[in-house]
Amino acid sequence: MQEERLTSSTGAEKCRRKIRAVTVLLCSLFYCEQSRETLESLKRESETLKKKLEEERNKLNDVELHQVAEKVEVLSALSIKTRRVLKGHGNKVLCMDWCKDKRRMVSSSQDGKVIVWDAFTLNKEHGVPLPCTWVLACAYAPSGCAIACGGLDNKCSVIPLSLDKNENLAAKKKSVAMHTNYVSGCSFTNSDMQLLTSSGDGTCALWDVESGQLLQSFHGHTADVLSLDLAPSETGNTFVSGGCDMKANVWDMRSGQNIQSFESHESDINCVKYYPSGDAFASASDDATCRFYDLRADREVAVYQKDSIIFGASTCDFSLSGRLLFAGYNDYAINVWDVLKGTRATILFGHENRVSRVRVSPDGTALCSASWDSTLRVSWSFSTGSNYIFVLGKQ
Amino acid sequence: MTINTLAKGGCHREQMACFRKMEKVIVAMQDPDMGMKMRNQRLLITVIPHAMTGHDIIAWLTHKYRISEEESLHLGNMLVKYGYIYPLKEPRCLVLRPDESPYRFQTPYFWTSTRWPASELDYAIYLAKKNIRKQGELMEYEKERYSLLHKRINHTWDFVVMQAREQLRASKQRRKADRIVLECQEQAYWLINRPPVRSITLYCIQLYCNSDYYKREIEACRKALGRNRVKSSICLEGFLKYSEQYLNHDPIMQGCLPSNPWISDDTAHWTMNAEIVPVPTRLRVERWSFSFMELLNDAMGRREFMTYLEKEFSAENLYFWQACEDIRHGESSKIVEKVEDIYKNFLAPGAARWVNIDSKTMDKTLEGIKRPHRFVMDDAQMHIYFLMKKDSYPRYLKSDLYKNMLAKAIVPQETKKSVFPFMRRQRHSSPSPAQTATQAAEEEGLAKGAGANSAAGSHF
Repeated sequence: MQEERLTSSTGAEKCRRKIRAVTVLLCSLFYCEQSRETLESLKRESETLKKKLEEERNKLNDVELHQVAEKVEVLSALSIKTRRVLKGHGNKVLCMDWCKDKRRMVSSSQDGKVIVWDAFTLNKEHGVPLPCTWVLACAYAPSGCAIACGGLDNKCSVIPLSLDKNENLAAKKKSVAMHTNYVSGCSFTNSDMQLLTSSGDGTCALWDVESGQLLQSFHGHTADVLSLDLAPSETGNTFVSGGCDMKANVWDMRSGQNIQSFESHESDINCVKYYPSGDAFASASDDATCRFYDLRADREVAVYQKDSIIFGASTCDFSLSGRLLFAGYNDYAINVWDVLKGTRATILFGHENRVSRVRVSPDGTALCSASWDSTLRVSWSFSTGSNYIFVLGKQ
Repeated sequence: MTINTLAKGGCHREQMACFRKMEKVIVAMQDPDMGMKMRNQRLLITVIPHAMTGHDIIAWLTHKYRISEEESLHLGNMLVKYGYIYPLKEPRCLVLRPDESPYRFQTPYFWTSTRWPASELDYAIYLAKKNIRKQGELMEYEKERYSLLHKRINHTWDFVVMQAREQLRASKQRRKADRIVLECQEQAYWLINRPPVRSITLYCIQLYCNSDYYKREIEACRKALGRNRVKSSICLEGFLKYSEQYLNHDPIMQGCLPSNPWISDDTAHWTMNAEIVPVPTRLRVERWSFSFMELLNDAMGRREFMTYLEKEFSAENLYFWQACEDIRHGESSKIVEKVEDIYKNFLAPGAARWVNIDSKTMDKTLEGIKRPHRFVMDDAQMHIYFLMKKDSYPRYLKSDLYKNMLAKAIVPQETKKSVFPFMRRQRHSSPSPAQTATQAAEEEGLAKGAGANSAAGSHF
């Protein structure tokens, strides 16, 4: 329909540009010619090995998860409703984390604010303005006495929570982690003393909070790392990370080694989360699927997808028993999956923009979802058929 | 999707995958056999074919994907929002209405993915056409952009106006119905790609595959090939067992007693399950039997286990394990001091709480202590952990101490439905953990307790 367009540059300019382009091409060709063969053969070797690895993994694949799950009872209808909406952020909420006391939470937003809420009473307990916008990651310390946050400032800082209303929390902020690109995720380990971070610079790192010293760094991703989660295992020594290279890697915290790697997603992995027993983990990706990986079998054992689910999943979390997987999507919905049977149990609507984070509370009583619509919503299940005190309060 | 706006030849990678999926849906909708039924739209005397109602769209989606109407409406709205279907009645309102409102499919020429990225030049030509066709037809935001473009690409402005005039002339020679359709399609395209309010766009960086990358991949594959794997049938059973075991403990699945605090506004459930209570709940005590880790992770469970070990004269194992945890998760600055304490109390010959480790591990540990670091106690700690897990823990579960605990544990009464269902319960605030911790620290400072107390406990 549109006719061919003329460029505005003159003939001479075009000629000069062409000569430059050809020269660059010739030079690179000259240097590449010799190494191109090796690159090709390396690529072939890598692909052959990957195929062999798949075959090895499949050898012990004698049954599928949904087949084994046939003997499990079908889930009764879930009735999950949102009953608390936390309003206060001025812009997209990018991250949230529950406190171990099961009712408090910390959330961070694009407006540079980090807020600590008592979600039960809807009280805002602390509000810390940060100099950078896009605070992509936040975490509550296990003791409940501090929070960590970071984002586009390439740092992750720890802020001790003081109850003195006059104290300026922002002033007590301490930079702990320093990356060369944005910080996408952070988590305290078993104590307030160590912080694990993931970054857009393609690495994860373990830091000593007190001194800010780098204790261990984890290299292996070939693109931005978007998420990490610590393993709830007995020896407590591993964590999993997922990133834009479509890989999910399991790391040994002590040695820095990449001990296992999974590459079956077709697009960026936005979130990784361990199954409560620590023997598996789930991942949420831009390819609109969530996947379940078994660490002992060393392979992907389930894919949670549906033709009508078109938009990427940005976050996921398990219910306490691990039977349900809550996943937040970029089409503003939260799909709830039956982890064992592979079917979708229900879908939750309500947010008016992307869901950036879903987290089940530490005792499994409630689910919090944070969204780009600048709210956080707390939902819970009414599906037990028991008699509770029905309270019709403000929503 | 990343926040990185340094688009190194970046394409809208995240969006592209979604576009392809939406296009699959659209193609299926237009299938001659199984697709949507089309109607004609009447505009005064002109009849325009290939229109459909919002209601039909939803019915088709519901049927095809076997989803609820609410979800079809949601999905259909996305198709409209991204420009694959556009409304004929109110073109600026990009919403799918579940009624008789007419919609039409956007031609693939104008799909966002086909013409990615929407060019400034095209937009300028479009606005120029609108301007020439009827003076003052541009909206406020379009006028602003038009003048901005006029400044920015001034050098090609003659071309822009010439193109606009040519296109208008060509369209005059079309049939009225075709002309209207084309205008609608073009308008819909620009409403999507140059909306009144700009939304943030995110780009991804490309993967650079050079020889280093492949070498690393090859090494990782070789290592992975040598891995020990477990048969699927065994692993997968594990998940079934776990979910079944924890089913009663999962409030989202089975509720909780006496009531879910979020539903009833009554915090009794949290009070009854606080870190230290006079009598724990039955579910909690049962959980200690699920795994050794569950017992140790619960402060009361750990305390009970310690009492049991004291009776068995093997409490030093648990004290040792706790002290090792403290090193692993504590401050870097205190490592040396803590390692020395452990040696004095647990490893030195004749120590007060000497732990029984095999000689190989003992030698290795003693050697490592000469240059203490965070993980120097790992081997010894693991040895003692598995010793307790294999030996003391199973015996504890069979002991009278545990059985009595289980017997006298509370099973909370389910809260009955209130007589006054509309009475709102007061939601009480709780002391912030930060506050309790400060108070506790003060008290501890006063009492000045020394010893191997775990510093990283949580107190709820």
